[in-house]
Amino acid sequence: MDIPEKEFLAPGHRACAGCGATIGVRLALKMLGENTVAVSATGCLEVITTPYPETSWKIPWIHVAFENAGAVASGVERALKAQGKDDVTVVAFAGDGGTADIGLQSLSGAMERGHNLIYICYDNEAYMNTGVQRSGATPYGASTTTSPHGKESFGENKPKKNIPMIMAAHGVPYVATASISYPEDFMKKVQKAKEIEGPAYIHLHQPCTTGWGYDPSKTIELGRLAVETGSWLLYEIEEGEFKITYRPLERKPVNVYLEAQKRFKHLADKEKEKIQNYVDQVCAELKI
Amino acid sequence: MTSVGATVKEPGSSVKNKTGSWRTFKPILDKEKCIDCVNCILFCPEGCINKDYDIDYDYCKGCGICAEECPVEAIKMERE
Repeated sequence: MDIPEKEFLAPGHRACAGCGATIGVRLALKMLGENTVAVSATGCLEVITTPYPETSWKIPWIHVAFENAGAVASGVERALKAQGKDDVTVVAFAGDGGTADIGLQSLSGAMERGHNLIYICYDNEAYMNTGVQRSGATPYGASTTTSPHGKESFGENKPKKNIPMIMAAHGVPYVATASISYPEDFMKKVQKAKEIEGPAYIHLHQPCTTGWGYDPSKTIELGRLAVETGSWLLYEIEEGEFKITYRPLERKPVNVYLEAQKRFKHLADKEKEKIQNYVDQVCAELKI
Repeated sequence: MTSVGATVKEPGSSVKNKTGSWRTFKPILDKEKCIDCVNCILFCPEGCINKDYDIDYDYCKGCGICAEECPVEAIKMERE
């Protein structure tokens, strides 16, 4: 695969050492190129890349409120269209909080109206920017500051909300899941999303050293473990056709993924077994 | 040009902030061992390894992902 050299996210940003979000954005922007306008919801990405009066973005970028990345991206797309600038790509980046919870209605509207835009959710599975509060995308069992483990609780007690499937239910032409640990797979999906006419949604799984509790050097390793254990699946849905894009040769037990992170350290065997059973069930259905 | 809200007119101006000062461990790449796999370039959160595998220490925060992901262990982390 030919990977463009040019970078559109400048260094000097304030991301934690070992940040997964910036890796994802760098890779996406390489594929999207300079003829792109980006929109970001409130979240880590906005805070780390634009400490006023500086910006890390080398392309036009707009920060909007937590809930309206989908709406503003729609407006930008229509404005460009009205000006006859059909060759400009519009991309929205939002975290899992800005996607699964706060921004869900404006995203749903954008998908429904059929705007020609790409929406990339960088999913670190909690509100990391404000201090690790749970989001709809926090997985079962994870300890966060608002789903803490202790005598009364074993951590998050709800399953992870399945946003890519909610997006697929809108009948949009392209929906995909990806992981920063599989860059070629991710970048191919970004390229496809760029070429497709109409809305495209990519859900990017992205480990977070601060919120998940692991050494910064292990960011890529954690993302890989999520996929190799079947805890995160890589697929795409193109014009309604579902396709798994990566199958682990041999699926590892979820324990190796869970035990590598502080947020799952407290889990008792029975909870881990429950998670394993759930993963087994999903993977059996998809023959992974 | 009228500005609405807070506008930053200089693209990529965060380069003024040299994050290399955050670093405790410094990645040292042995170019003799390097097999040009681009792993470290792709996985660097700062994007501060160029195509010739030169690491820009002005920005490297020392996370160690490059050393961890190097398949031939050409990168060693050394204490500053």
